[in-house]
Amino acid sequence: MSTRPTGPKAWHHPLARPLAALILLLAVAAVSVPGFLHLEIKDGHLYGNLVDILHRAAPLMLAALGMTLVIATRGIDVSVGAVVAIAGTVACALVSTYGVAVAFAAALGAALLCGLWNGLLVSALGLQPIIATLILMVAGRGLAQLITDGQILTVYEPASFFWLGGGWLLGLPVSLFVVATVAGLTALLMRRTALGLFIQTVGINPVAARLAGVHTAAIVFFVYVYCSLGAGLAGLMVASNIKSADANNAGLLLELDAILAVTLGGGQLSGGKFSLLGSLIGALIIQTLTSTIYALGVPPQVTMVVKAVVVFAVCISQSSAWSSWRKA
Amino acid sequence: MSQRLRALTGAPAFTTWVSVALMALLFIAGAASYTGFASLQVVLNLLIDNAFLLVIAVGMSFVILSGGIDLSVGSVLALTTMVAAWLLQVAHWPAEAVIPLVLLGGALFGALQGLVIHVFRLQPFIVTLAGMFLARGLCFLISVDSITIDAPLFVALSQTQIPLFGGAFLSPGAVIALAVLAAGVWAAQATAFGRTVYALGGNETSALMMGLPVGRTKVAVYALSGGCASLAGLLFAFYMLSGYGQHGQGVELDAIAAVVIGGTVLTGGYGYVAGALSGVLVLGLIQTLIAFDGTLSSWWTKIVIGALLFVFCAVQRLLSLKKAHP
Repeated sequence: MSTRPTGPKAWHHPLARPLAALILLLAVAAVSVPGFLHLEIKDGHLYGNLVDILHRAAPLMLAALGMTLVIATRGIDVSVGAVVAIAGTVACALVSTYGVAVAFAAALGAALLCGLWNGLLVSALGLQPIIATLILMVAGRGLAQLITDGQILTVYEPASFFWLGGGWLLGLPVSLFVVATVAGLTALLMRRTALGLFIQTVGINPVAARLAGVHTAAIVFFVYVYCSLGAGLAGLMVASNIKSADANNAGLLLELDAILAVTLGGGQLSGGKFSLLGSLIGALIIQTLTSTIYALGVPPQVTMVVKAVVVFAVCISQSSAWSSWRKA
Repeated sequence: MSQRLRALTGAPAFTTWVSVALMALLFIAGAASYTGFASLQVVLNLLIDNAFLLVIAVGMSFVILSGGIDLSVGSVLALTTMVAAWLLQVAHWPAEAVIPLVLLGGALFGALQGLVIHVFRLQPFIVTLAGMFLARGLCFLISVDSITIDAPLFVALSQTQIPLFGGAFLSPGAVIALAVLAAGVWAAQATAFGRTVYALGGNETSALMMGLPVGRTKVAVYALSGGCASLAGLLFAFYMLSGYGQHGQGVELDAIAAVVIGGTVLTGGYGYVAGALSGVLVLGLIQTLIAFDGTLSSWWTKIVIGALLFVFCAVQRLLSLKKAHP
């Protein structure tokens, strides 16, 4: 971090800007939409826009966690949306006959296979990450449609299948606990083991990392597998929430939102710098934006324009050319 | 491996020839399996149905040769159909004014992306991704619904058939696409701009040190891609006679796939613009084969395209590895 003379010290904390953006966005929503921040307890469940934002952002947060690690190694995974579709489809196809446990295991197994494929292409074959994952992005939805025969699979029972994406625990949506658990475990893995350091090393300089004895191929392989597993879990959550599998539209453009969330949270696309908490905040910013636009009654497609402007602004403010202009 | 085989696989045009061979193979397989497949009109229909994709793939070839990528092309296509439809049907502008205006608009959109990429040294992937969101969102700001076009010039162009020998015909759109391809091949092989694009994709630092106009060329490449996407949008509007924000979903992926299958290497600096034609025709043939078969479902197209993409990328990668460590 460069030391700039202006502004209080807290402003230079990596999380300060994303957090400020989220608070600003919530403030705008609270002013323009009456009762936006209102929370109430009905039947022992906490309801309100804030809970709703957290609940709806859950799949994106899971995808963003994996994407954070991938981007930290200078990579990118554009197949996240396709993996969401595959996992959801596998689960919905199996759950009525074989039960929830088998369906969940099979869905995560399918996601694991996707991750192994991506990881192999990037780390063993040495393909550019965007191209390697593009292959699964193109073919993945086709594979998912192959399972459903092009139909939307609707699940009616067992009811336990709907618990993950629509259930409640201690008055809060189950999805929040899932995200918290995954984020907590990931953070533990990054902080308590050397893995986080290795990932950062690979992102800063892969050649130097390899020469220093870091097993770069294994690290890169791991992050793609991890990212796909996160996407698979997100796919289960989406399928359980909408009680069906839509191979064409489940998780559509989720990879782009996940990349955006990572960028908003302060992760740099050139690798080496990442923040799990920042990415989670980034995901919340995106969902708050979407929810606010819905609540304002503006056509939801307008979100795309706002997102585009936000991406431009964030990327330009992160660029070195911009900071050298500001200093000059 | 024998010397001759090594020379063959090491030739710059090797993967392009592989795609031409694949195209021939797919056509022979189709002709052998289905009656009515081996006709001139089936081949010409490939061009008619994929004219817009060919135009986009030509623009994308330049971007990829320069070492970049343009994800915004599908959205720019949609935005062009939308703006053209709105100007024609709601603002009642004459078609002769609308066509140059939207072409200019597309080129300007591309140029702005190129400018952001160059000035702020950002990754083309993320900038054109934002451009993709922006153009798609702007479509819906104009209208959420589809707008039907009934301007006489557009209707006339959509119905004209240019007769060739033997009762076969081409559409004006296909002729325009072939002209764009010819111009693209010429620009890449015979102009200073084209050679600078190759140099830029080969090694940007070297190109800069050679005194080549790196910044100007970069902006021009994205402007060219935006202009091509916009022309493709017009061809699409001739074909569909409507403007709609959902038009051209995923076209950027098809275009990238066509360029890669046509033998252009995604890291830049290596390949041929003419490969775009064989790439687009291979994609078109796969779709036609699946349509002729009738029992295979449309999603097989995606799976086969993904598999082809994998094979071509892997082959390119292995060939480049072999070159580095012979």
